Amino acid sequence: MSDQQVIYKTDALIAEDIDAYLDSHQHKTMLRFITCGSVDDGKSTLIGRMLYDSKMIFEDQLAALETDSKKVGTQGQEIDFALLVDGLAAEREQGITIDVAYRFFNTEKRKFIVADCPGHEQYTRNMVTGASTADLAVILIDARKGVLVQTRRHSYLCHLIGIKNIVLAVNKMDLVGYDPAVFDTIVKDYTAFARSIGIDNFTAIPISGFKGDNITTSSPNTPWYKGPTLIEHLETVEVLSSLDASKSFRMPVQWVNRPNLDFRGFSGLVATGSVKPGDAVRVLPSGKTSTVTRVVTLDGDLDEAVAGQSVTLCFADEIDCSRGDVIATADNPPQAADQFETTLVWLNDEALHVGRAYWLKLGTQTVSVTVQQPKYVVNVNTMEHLAAKTLDLNAIGVVEIITDRPVVFEPYAESRTLGGFILIDKITNATVAAGMLHFSLRRSQNVHWQAVDVSRDAHAALKHQRPAVLWFTGLSGSGKSTIANLVEKKLHALGKHTFLLDGDNVRHGLNKDLGFTEADRIENIRRVGEVAKLMTDAGLIVLTAFISPFRAEREMVRAMLPEGDFIEVFIDTPLEEAERRDVKGLYKKARSGQLKNFTGIDSPYEAPESPEVRVDTTAETPQHAAERIVTELLK
Amino acid sequence: MTQKTLTHLARLEAEAIHIMREVVAEAENPVMLYSVGKDSAVMLHLARKAFYPSPPPFPLLHVDTTWKFQEMYKLRDRMAAESGMDLLVYHNQEAMDRGINPFDHGALHTDMWKTEGLKQALDKYGFDAAFGGARRDEEKSRAKERIFSFRTASHGWDPKNQRPELWNLYNARKNKGESIRVFPISNWTELDIWQYIHLNNVPIVPLYFADERPTVERDGMLLMVDDDRFPLKPGEEPVMRSVRFRTLGCYPLTGAVESTAKTLPEIIQETLLTTTSERQGRAIDKDAGGAGMEVKKQQGYF
Repeated sequence: MSDQQVIYKTDALIAEDIDAYLDSHQHKTMLRFITCGSVDDGKSTLIGRMLYDSKMIFEDQLAALETDSKKVGTQGQEIDFALLVDGLAAEREQGITIDVAYRFFNTEKRKFIVADCPGHEQYTRNMVTGASTADLAVILIDARKGVLVQTRRHSYLCHLIGIKNIVLAVNKMDLVGYDPAVFDTIVKDYTAFARSIGIDNFTAIPISGFKGDNITTSSPNTPWYKGPTLIEHLETVEVLSSLDASKSFRMPVQWVNRPNLDFRGFSGLVATGSVKPGDAVRVLPSGKTSTVTRVVTLDGDLDEAVAGQSVTLCFADEIDCSRGDVIATADNPPQAADQFETTLVWLNDEALHVGRAYWLKLGTQTVSVTVQQPKYVVNVNTMEHLAAKTLDLNAIGVVEIITDRPVVFEPYAESRTLGGFILIDKITNATVAAGMLHFSLRRSQNVHWQAVDVSRDAHAALKHQRPAVLWFTGLSGSGKSTIANLVEKKLHALGKHTFLLDGDNVRHGLNKDLGFTEADRIENIRRVGEVAKLMTDAGLIVLTAFISPFRAEREMVRAMLPEGDFIEVFIDTPLEEAERRDVKGLYKKARSGQLKNFTGIDSPYEAPESPEVRVDTTAETPQHAAERIVTELLK
Repeated sequence: MTQKTLTHLARLEAEAIHIMREVVAEAENPVMLYSVGKDSAVMLHLARKAFYPSPPPFPLLHVDTTWKFQEMYKLRDRMAAESGMDLLVYHNQEAMDRGINPFDHGALHTDMWKTEGLKQALDKYGFDAAFGGARRDEEKSRAKERIFSFRTASHGWDPKNQRPELWNLYNARKNKGESIRVFPISNWTELDIWQYIHLNNVPIVPLYFADERPTVERDGMLLMVDDDRFPLKPGEEPVMRSVRFRTLGCYPLTGAVESTAKTLPEIIQETLLTTTSERQGRAIDKDAGGAGMEVKKQQGYF
């Protein structure tokens, strides 16, 4: 047990001169790292060991640990350090780690935050989560097993997320008799693999988390190893944020601080570089410039703010600047674009819907985005590129995305803040993907939208009307076209400028390349939405009559338009009634199997939850419904 | 360039401020849960920094049990006034009517006053985001909770269905009725909290400092007789002892430690040299075995 008693020698200073200790603690830096490895590589044990060795375990916790170790531990009568870190009830029972857990410990030089990342294939999303905030990754290998498929996967993911410092911890050396040949073979295997995926540098250390070899002090069991111990390495490696400070200044604006008429400040976290009073800055995407006058904090104005600090900036000029804008150094600003090549890591059980609109959040910008069909997905076990139509849970793919307005960005390799993003499902609000921007596809550098002289408002004013989209949705044969036609006639009679889009004038032209699969239906609606939007920009009142069965696509079109301009009209005719009418004989064909993917029969219809107008055709005449819709529109 | 590498406290401070600003920018009706303890004190101080020179643009909510220490009520009212924030104090009426108290009702006391009281208060005011001062180093199930912790309309927490949290991008979107608990000091340790209080002169309840106080020893805990509602058992006599508190809750549920630490450096010294964890003096974690806190959180406890 003697090698388990190693602890940090800070106690003396704490007891003798607390002020000196506090002074040193105050100047500590912070390193965030992740541990990853396959099941049973001993991650939790290693973290438990580091906590134990750095005296982060108290007597009451230790007493509980000793009891638990005997009861449910996997190490016989010895202390099972893994029990210290396996928090949730389910995993305590199963003896596995199932989520990212964060742990903290201090040494004399640094504070550490450890993300304990699971090794199971199905939990790739948790590993990516843990890696996204890490300066360094410790990749564990069981000395008895060598480089496994999971080792490759974890290494690839760490590299993908941009972790520059990789530690290869060859664990359980005690179980291979501390044999240097075993260590050398593993390092050689890993080197070959690492090079193949672009990892140039890593530090390999032979350890035993269970016995404590080379964790805090050099182990007498490995005299052949001359490198640093794990803790020594963690204490001295360079942290990411210090690299960010030497780049050009960028700060996404989170919030405009306006307590009174005399103060207007822009609050944010400095992403890269530094800023001081007198610096010339540019606000993106508008491109307007000004000069910084103050760097405001509660503790007094600062002479300079650097990457990683949360501050509030004041400008010399009253220029437009709000949440989502990026303040940057004036002579070297980032660019804006709306089409990108990206890598996506899919994090949700529901697969990617190509063509569907999601929210994209990057820095403080939130925009609507559509995702194209993947160019390829990466098999994380073999690194092969494979063709794919979509992205399933844990898939990693290279895809093009298109945003509905320009996004101020930098390649992920240059800035995690301006190159990393998440995708959010518009209906469930789940975070469905993590993404990394590589480059913009159109050379729309420095795009500042040129204000069009004849604006949307000007078009509408000339027509004496407010543009809108009346979106009729409902089952085939529900009466959408009938009622939409009546509404258009009434509006026309009132002198309104209108246009009706329906299957007859869209499916035969604009969308004649599309069929009736789910993907094609989504694309059909997206195009109709875009055309309707252009027509409202021209000042028209647009009526559309499409089944448009999916809620998400209707919401996508709603999001394209200014608030209030999208009026969803649900023609609510029960399936039995629509099928009874069967005006075009389509239900009959669908029932007999001649027509596939027919809504209501073998393809779902997602009814609107809160449409602006609902028409029950079994209780209301088309004429009456049309009048009601016109009233709703013109109110 | 003055200093390229920020200290760990500077990074933690910047992170907390960033989180608070994101919530204010994206939530419709945020609130800060304020328990008057040292973690709340730091959280409030960070909020004042985040929005300076504006006052923090949300109210403070104290879900009270009527059983806090008198000195806590005093500091609470003083800090609300100093920060320029509205203070909302909520009492669970049913717990009040039924006379639920920590002496007679044990776990039910925490459940009704705190867990139920919190849910009722959030529903009453329609808050869609609530800041809490929980830290991941406090307790095992906290270690796995996200910074933005999503709750269902019935305030439930599903540890297996947490939103992935990448970089410093927080997804604050939710449907009507759902809410988010936000923990801006998730990554702070007890030592960080003390160090920050020390460096920033953050006002804290004097009970954290050692003083002569009337106490009785019961079930291995030193309890302070803070008012005359304390039912003394036969033979029990309050004794003046030099004690302080490492954590503050309802006074009959919070154990004191014997101490002579009267300054912050002395407290920190004691904290670092101590051999028991901070929550050891709290009765709440021990209910329901090893998974006590996790079960409580699924039911809506903070």
